[in-house]
Amino acid sequence: MAKITLDNLAHSYLPNPKSEDDFALKELNHVWEDGAAYALLGSSGCGKTTLLNIISGLLQPSRGRILFDDVDVTHAPTAQRSIAQVFQFPVVYDTMSVRDNLAFPLRNRGRDEKYVAERVQEIARMIGMEDMLNRKARGLTADAKQKISLGRGMVRKDVNALLFDEPLTVIDPHMKWELRTQLKKLHHDFGHTMIYVTHDQTEALTFADKVVVMYEGRVVQIGTPDELFERPEHTFVGYFIGSPGMNVIPAKVEGRTAYIDGSSVELARGYGPLDGKVEIGVRPEFARLSQSDGLPVKVRRVEDVGRHKIIRANFFGHDINIIAGEDDPVSADMNRVTFDAKHVNVYANDWRVEGEAA
Amino acid sequence: MDKTVNHKAWFLVLPVLILVAFSAVIPLMTVVNYSVQDTFGQNEFFWAGLEWFEEMLASDRMWDALGRQLMFSGIILLIEVPLGIFVALNMPKSGFWASFCLVVMSLPLLIPWNVVGTIWQIFGRVDIGLLGYTLDLIGVDYNYTQDTFAAWVTIIVMDVWHWTSLVALLAYAGLKSIPDAYYQAAKIDQASRWKVFRFIELPKMMGVLMIAVLLRFMDSFMIYTEPFVVTGGGPGNATTLLSIDLVKMALGQFDLGPAAAFSIMYFLVILLISWVFYTVMTNLDKKGM
Amino acid sequence: MTLELKGVSKIVEGQVHIHPTDLTLENGTMNVLLGPTSSGKTSIMRLMAGLDVPTAGQVIWHGEDVTGMRVQDRKVAMVYQQFINYPSMSVYDNIASPMRLLGVDKAEIDRRVREAAELMQLAPMLDRKPLELSGGQQQRCALARALVKNAGLVLLDEPLANLDYKLREELRVEIPKIFEESGSIFVYATTEPEEALLLGGNTATLWEGRVTQFGPTPAVYRQPVDATTARVFSDPPMNFLQISKTGSKIMFGDGQSARAVGKLAELSDGRYTAGFRPNHLEIGKHTDDAMEFKTTLSVTELTGSETFIHLDHHGERWVGVIHGVNDLTIDAPLSVWLDPRHVYVFSETGDLVAPAAYAVAA
Repeated sequence: MAKITLDNLAHSYLPNPKSEDDFALKELNHVWEDGAAYALLGSSGCGKTTLLNIISGLLQPSRGRILFDDVDVTHAPTAQRSIAQVFQFPVVYDTMSVRDNLAFPLRNRGRDEKYVAERVQEIARMIGMEDMLNRKARGLTADAKQKISLGRGMVRKDVNALLFDEPLTVIDPHMKWELRTQLKKLHHDFGHTMIYVTHDQTEALTFADKVVVMYEGRVVQIGTPDELFERPEHTFVGYFIGSPGMNVIPAKVEGRTAYIDGSSVELARGYGPLDGKVEIGVRPEFARLSQSDGLPVKVRRVEDVGRHKIIRANFFGHDINIIAGEDDPVSADMNRVTFDAKHVNVYANDWRVEGEAA
Repeated sequence: MDKTVNHKAWFLVLPVLILVAFSAVIPLMTVVNYSVQDTFGQNEFFWAGLEWFEEMLASDRMWDALGRQLMFSGIILLIEVPLGIFVALNMPKSGFWASFCLVVMSLPLLIPWNVVGTIWQIFGRVDIGLLGYTLDLIGVDYNYTQDTFAAWVTIIVMDVWHWTSLVALLAYAGLKSIPDAYYQAAKIDQASRWKVFRFIELPKMMGVLMIAVLLRFMDSFMIYTEPFVVTGGGPGNATTLLSIDLVKMALGQFDLGPAAAFSIMYFLVILLISWVFYTVMTNLDKKGM
Repeated sequence: MTLELKGVSKIVEGQVHIHPTDLTLENGTMNVLLGPTSSGKTSIMRLMAGLDVPTAGQVIWHGEDVTGMRVQDRKVAMVYQQFINYPSMSVYDNIASPMRLLGVDKAEIDRRVREAAELMQLAPMLDRKPLELSGGQQQRCALARALVKNAGLVLLDEPLANLDYKLREELRVEIPKIFEESGSIFVYATTEPEEALLLGGNTATLWEGRVTQFGPTPAVYRQPVDATTARVFSDPPMNFLQISKTGSKIMFGDGQSARAVGKLAELSDGRYTAGFRPNHLEIGKHTDDAMEFKTTLSVTELTGSETFIHLDHHGERWVGVIHGVNDLTIDAPLSVWLDPRHVYVFSETGDLVAPAAYAVAA
């Protein structure tokens, strides 16, 4: 296990990048703590796979350094980095048995057979495949193959980090639950440094201690799931995390009040003069439909999604979403909305502004 | 997935059936017809039963030709398949050089067979051929018209030159279909170059290699034009392969009956060996080799 | 105007793909086929489309028997999980292609293509080739092509499965809107309960080639007819617990019991299976009737707004979804509470014998 340091790291696929736009991965400084579980979250093309490939050594960064426990590995090949990776599509050696698959990385490093046998048995127990060891890997289900990939990664004790590249893409929804839980459990029990790349917010949030949200080649926020939920640093984070995402409404902010089309919304904190595009962001979870309080809203559609209801509404010409509990009544005469002042964030040019406590 | 049954579809197959009937079935039946009859010219035929088959089976001539044929096919497969794989492994995967290699490799495949024969026939001549003359100059005793070994080497090298590209191109297609993730995983697992080949590349190439081996076997077993142009089956009968012998018999000596019996047996042998090949290889494939 | 399956079944090489099924889809409805992979969703769609001929039974389209009719002769449009477009044609030509085959006149084609493109937000990309578009746009193009056909039956086979999470969310909101404007019968296959709920309309739950229940989506969700349906239509999965009834009491183990009221009062004494959804477990006593269960917490997962807790209850695995972010200790005992009005009671064979009280009230 190791701490991984990214030092002024940046990458461009062009030989002579001129402007910032030419960089697939914009300058980044970050330390991946030893033994923590991270998720790299973003939509396709946001640079998350580029970053993962730099860490695994498949790609050499245009700028900056990468260190494993203070050792510079920027130009070290993959094989020397002692990392393990689980890919989007299961990679197993089809012609080998499950046992040989698991033993493969150890045998390649010349470990003696007795040690290999013990270790394989141990890993098989961890991933729950003890009774399949003698089966050929070919013909196993996708989730079993992904477990083998995972096991092959963990079989080495000296592994610095486990990398996951959208590992649940080909897995059935009901099996996703099981694999995710198992992964979480393995992390808890063995404390590997894990980096998990995904576009799926549920996977990212449930898996990671800290989620790194990327947008257009830039890391826009690194935070715990509740930080990302309660205080998105960028409107993209607000939109990307949560379903539906945060409501972002253009407003004028003066002191502790936001004005939307002249109507006022109370804020929990005070703000100085703000330049550029000013917006307030409220999560649907912190908006409440009401008969008498708050500002007028026109309900377009109520969707009963089981655990809760999603109310799609029009608010001063903007589409907003409101979430109501499964048992909360929603009636036709409810045409006002209130926001929980504590959870209203203020954004200037898409970045969150930290207000001053009154 | 089963399909909707629609009997009208048979009408669409009809043209093909007619074509195949004219190009294959009817000529084959003519051959069968010849093989069970005898003629003394003037278009008079007599029923001969299985006589010609018995005669052919008893003659050394056919067995010798078959032996030579098996040796030829065996040798070229042993050379072309590994060499083709080797070439494919060393071809660039993308960019200008990949296209360049593909074009250069397909060149021998585009040359008409008799031209290939002529090229090598001249190439190997001691008096004017670049190869023959050079070898002679450095003191190698090489003359494919007189020396059996030299004749064999010539036709084998010629076939390898002509057809290795096909195996290489098929193997290359198989290699290209392997996702990058496999190579990345192998790097992470610190697999050696040999293990990458043995456990990733070879299994993934198996399907196309099977087709390559089958194609090359059938083609080489029926080879006629090229050795005929180069050696004409000689020196003596040293390179008289099955089809050359068959033509000699049918056209040179006009022994229609024995030649017909010969060609039917020839056809059955190819069918049998191809079937054995196919069965063995699909079984290997199922077992994961 | 309906699509009716009458005793339709499909057997391939002795294997039953679809058990005899009766299903009536009304015109202008959204119908979700919900079930795990290989539960028969695609098979049913192929039967509906006419791509396969049923082994037995009839397919009735607007009162006419179309069982043996070829798919070309039916008015059917289909969208698949893979983004299927003609790669060499522009987006415009892709959308126009089905109408050209039907011989619609040029002006009408142009009008309808532009209308569909507008609806699917493809208007600026009409001249591009599909492969130059993002995944979401490619799938929108395929959807637009299906829509302009004015087919009476539009089949969508997991159309969003290959898209990014957020794109999926956006298209999920768009699809019901499109559907409302078209007035055709929509059939939408999905593996995800949440998707079914978001799409609304009707839902047919599938399990091993059998339609276990068909009805309005919220009704199927709240009042499943059996444990299988409840299991299929619950994500995270429904939790189960063995219970027994003695007199006016229902024993839940752990010394916990509830009064047998309502439908439960009519049940005979004996053993039953209780089922309850993860979001109905709570980690505090919020109602007077709530029963306490002592469990061991094995894993927690945070989503920012909620916490998933994975529990071990006497060897049975339960999942709970708790509001807010909770700091809980893993591998430690954890008490959870459950209100009896959230409990479904199933017979030992899995049939629903008493629905949850809250669902009846809703």
